[in-house]
Amino acid sequence: MISILGKIALSLQTFRSHRLRSFLTTLGIIIGVTTVIAILSLIEGLNRTVAEQVQALGSDLIYIQKFTWISTGHRDLDKLAERPDLVPADAEAINQLSSVEIAVPTISRQLSNLRYRDEEISNVSVAGSNENYSYVNNYLVESGRDFTRDDITHRRSLGIIGSYVAANLFPDESPIGKDLMVEGHRIKIIGVFKEKGQFLGNSLDDFVLIPNTVFEKFFPRSRTSLFARVYGGYSIGVKPKTSDVEKTLDDIRELMRRRHGLGFDKEDDFELNTQQMLMDLYQNITRVGFIAIVAIAAISLVVGGIGIMNIMLVSVAERTREIGIRKAVGASNQYILSQFLTESIILALIGGIIGIGFGMLLAALISTVSPLKAAVSFWMVLLGFGFSAAVGIFFGIYPARRAAGLNPIEALRYE
Amino acid sequence: MMARNRVICRAVDVTKRYWRGKVAVDALRGVSLEIKSNDYVSIMGVSGSGKSTLIHILSCLDTPTSGEYYLEDKLVSNYTDEELARVRNTFFGFVFQSFSLLPRLTALDNVALPLIYAGTKKQDRILRAQEILEKIGLGDRMSHRPNEMSGGECQRVAIGRALVNNPRVIFADEPTGNLDSKTGAEIMEILDRLVDEGNTVVMVTHDSSLAAHAKKTVKLKDGMIEND
Ligand SMILES: Nc1ncnc2c1ncn2[C@@H]1O[C@H](COP(=O)(O)OP(=O)(O)O)[C@@H](O)[C@H]1O
Ligand SMILES: [Mg+2]
Repeated sequence: MISILGKIALSLQTFRSHRLRSFLTTLGIIIGVTTVIAILSLIEGLNRTVAEQVQALGSDLIYIQKFTWISTGHRDLDKLAERPDLVPADAEAINQLSSVEIAVPTISRQLSNLRYRDEEISNVSVAGSNENYSYVNNYLVESGRDFTRDDITHRRSLGIIGSYVAANLFPDESPIGKDLMVEGHRIKIIGVFKEKGQFLGNSLDDFVLIPNTVFEKFFPRSRTSLFARVYGGYSIGVKPKTSDVEKTLDDIRELMRRRHGLGFDKEDDFELNTQQMLMDLYQNITRVGFIAIVAIAAISLVVGGIGIMNIMLVSVAERTREIGIRKAVGASNQYILSQFLTESIILALIGGIIGIGFGMLLAALISTVSPLKAAVSFWMVLLGFGFSAAVGIFFGIYPARRAAGLNPIEALRYE
Repeated sequence: MMARNRVICRAVDVTKRYWRGKVAVDALRGVSLEIKSNDYVSIMGVSGSGKSTLIHILSCLDTPTSGEYYLEDKLVSNYTDEELARVRNTFFGFVFQSFSLLPRLTALDNVALPLIYAGTKKQDRILRAQEILEKIGLGDRMSHRPNEMSGGECQRVAIGRALVNNPRVIFADEPTGNLDSKTGAEIMEILDRLVDEGNTVVMVTHDSSLAAHAKKTVKLKDGMIEND
């Protein structure tokens, strides 16, 4: 058997003598593979970021709210507004469930204004909750202390600030023990949370946490707007005890239905939201992206493949005499076939390699000019190779067979 | 070398029909012929009499339409494509009128070409091709490409290529047809010498003075052997 290296060497020699033609031929494959690598690596990067952030948020939490995070179709706010408010007592009751580790009621408002002496920041959110908030939501009190049960029940005007607030209002001094004005209400800072970063582009550190009892005193519920009635009340965050989230969900649903006095023929008047739902939704969206890419890739690879087939047919025609001579001195059909097939595969692989390179470059470029972070994985590179090799074989087999089947005498007579 | 007078090739009532569109052309109409070891046969005839067709069938470059062709008593029509390639590679050597060298390869690589398909190692290929080129007087032309050599030199390279696998029979189709008479004479000298060394040569020509070099002459007319 003649070594594959010899065939590869002969192929490369052929391409060298037709540099431009070979490059143009592989353009379809280059474009296809470039697109696939670039977009796949961006989606992969996005996936990783989202997964990390969801993890940081505490991916196993269940939130009991009036509204669902994932609405299919339009939301009937009027109907949602009529649902009963969730209250801290609900959280206490849920806490008693054997499948629940801890439940914590949280109420919050956005776009609030904070002031310390002459320094002021707005666009900050204020959350009212209890001593379990930090544990359930994966926050760490970095300096100072957390709330105690007494702080909540005695409605002490205390606060713990996020690292963003600390950095902006207290650049050169310790915030602990300082008085902070929250929308005109005075609280004393007792702690600072460790930085947590972002979730889906939103900072998780630009807030101040106060006891929910104090929150209720500072910010009485406005019942005028429909929006406030739906979104303004408490939400209850639940950390399940076991990994069997389904069981916890069932227990909570049953308990809440009982507390709301719902008959068996009535629908739930609350929603159980989980991070997993968000992940699922997100993955559904990116799956559509995946399918779109596969379509783009398929089209450009077919175009690239036809280009390769075309050029290989030209090559077979141009080299008819050469094929005749080789067959006359003993090259078998098999040998000629594999020679031309090697050539088309190498041509396609060269396109694939260039495409992989361009795709990585493009992804890196997008990473630097946009917040998207690309992540090229080994499997993508393999995919790029695999695809282009497959194209080389699939579109190379017909020209190669044509070359192999030539009659030596007719081939020798060809001019 | 093989014993003298042993039959290598035997054609029995071989015909070849070509189709030019819907018109049948009978290039060979029942040719029977034997080639024995160390024969020196010339095939003569006017242009179009079927000489090339016959030599192509004898050398397994083409297949007959009917009739039987035996190589050392084995029926060639039973051969697979792979086996035919193997026969062309190791059993026969062929010298074409138009040289038919690969233009991008050097003299050495052209001579070594059949060795690639025989599966010979690179080092041995080079040694063998060098040895052959020395023998046919082209020791100083090894790295020349066909367009850097004269017609006579090219034809000698082609003979070298035909010889490289120690074939049982060397076929030559008007090997001097594209050469002037002086160079042609040199080529004939080489062929004569090969026969003297024990090789078997079958040569097509329409020149009776060249045919005189051979020990045996087969005359073709309209695709049939003429008996005089
Ligand atoms: N491939 C072909 N198709 C059709 N006719 C052919 C073909 N090859 C040869 N012939 C015809 O067959 C006859 C014999 O040709 P050939 O063997 O080349 O003769 P020679 O070599 O004696 O000149 C001629 O009439 C020629 O035109
Ligand atoms: Mg002829």
